[in-house]
Order: sequence, then C-alpha cells, then structure tokens
Amino acid sequence: MELVARQLDGVLVVHAMDDRIDAAGAIQFKERMRGIVQGAEPRVVLDMTRVNFLDSSGLGAVVAVMKMMGPDRKLELAGLTPTVQKVFRLTRMESIFTIHSSLPEGLGHAV
Amino acid sequence: MPCDECDHQVREDPAPFRLVIASDPMSVREALRTLMSANVMQGLSGDRRGVAEIVLAEVLNNVVEHAYADTSGEIRLEVQREGCSLQCEVVDSGRPMPGDHPPDPIPSRPEELQEGSFGWYMIRMLSQDLKYRRRNGQNEIRLRLPTIA
Repeated sequence: MELVARQLDGVLVVHAMDDRIDAAGAIQFKERMRGIVQGAEPRVVLDMTRVNFLDSSGLGAVVAVMKMMGPDRKLELAGLTPTVQKVFRLTRMESIFTIHSSLPEGLGHAV
Repeated sequence: MPCDECDHQVREDPAPFRLVIASDPMSVREALRTLMSANVMQGLSGDRRGVAEIVLAEVLNNVVEHAYADTSGEIRLEVQREGCSLQCEVVDSGRPMPGDHPPDPIPSRPEELQEGSFGWYMIRMLSQDLKYRRRNGQNEIRLRLPTIA
C-alpha cells in the first residue's frame, strides 16, 4: 500500500497509489496513514482517484483513520471511483465524510 | 437463449468459472482479479462488475476471517451465468456459521463511526436468493446477482 503525502497551503494531500484498499491491505493502509496524519495539518485530503476497489475492511480502515485524527481535524475524500462510491453510499458512510468529486482546486497536480 | 425476466438476448452462457483458493486475504484478492477477467464476466456493465466484486469479496473474506479464523483450508468458488444472473457458490470446510444461518444484516449507523459489520450488510443489500447450508462438514453459500441493473 503506497501512499504519497504532500503538504500544500495548510492541507495535507495523501495520494493512495494502489488500485485497491481491501482486506489484504487494510491494516497496512491504516498503519501508514497513522504515521502520516500524526501532527499533520487540520485538513487531510485522501486522494482515491487510483483506487478502483474498496471492500468492507478497506472502508473500516478509512473510518479508523478519521477516528484517529480526533474530533478537531477532518479527513476529506476526493476522486471516488464508481465502485468505491457505491460502497460509501450503500453503507451510508458518505454522510460522515466531506467528499469531493475530484481533488479541490489547487490540490490537483499530478504526483 | 432469451432471458424470461428481462427480454435480454443471451447468445450462449459462457462456461462456469471455477477456482479453488487458500484461505488468506491475498488469495482472495488474486481470485477476484482472475474472476473479473474471466469469460463469465464478459459483457457485464461496470456497475454489475463492481457489485459482483464487492459481494464476492465480502463472502470470501468472511470465510477467511470467520470460518477459518483459527485454521486454514480451501475455499471453492463457482460463478456461472444463468440467463440474466450470475449464480455464485462459495464452499469451505471451516467452522459452521453461528446458529447455522448467515448473520442478519445490521443496519448501517454512520453516526456511530463503526469500523466493522459492513460486510454482511452489503451482501444482503446487493444479492438475491441468499442461501446457506451446512452439509458434510462444509459451509455452502449460494446467491444470485442480477446481470442487468
């Protein structure tokens, strides 16, 4: 599970570089994200443009990352692909995240 | 053959997809990858492919995490086209399901920031005719996924 983090004007953008966050990679994703978000900016945007598939373990890991950031910081999601979006919608977890259809203006440079 | 339910003309059902895998998450990932490029998935829309991958990922990972929680063994996956459906069967030799039936769907409660129990909820939401039985020391799960939304 490769993650690339970039600091940009008060926002930490984390690009998920693998094409899936699934049961085989969820724990590693969570642990790497833990290291990245520790002491990071209040706003963290997870770029999921490359993630074509997310299962319930992957979803649980994304929720866990938001919880580890605490109540005063936010995890935002960007670039959800159709299957990933379906999982968020079905489980109604889309309601607890700020979801951007693509990377917010100014954060969208290619890695 | 024509499909009774939706008028969709199916030329000929492709051969069933059959695979036996080991009970670990990496094998499940590889099995899904293999399935998604198999003949049985040809011609399905992106949406229907996504649904099949979600449901089978959840069923297979449940077997890995629960039926084979303390042991390991084989999981047999079979997917075949029947008219406008994918008929799916997953068989394992692990522990039986508690109470001899699949877990009831627990409604998703986003406000509680739960990290688990999404799996069976999604299986129930996305599949039809879900059946479970314990036979000859094996768990057999069968379900149907419509190929037309």
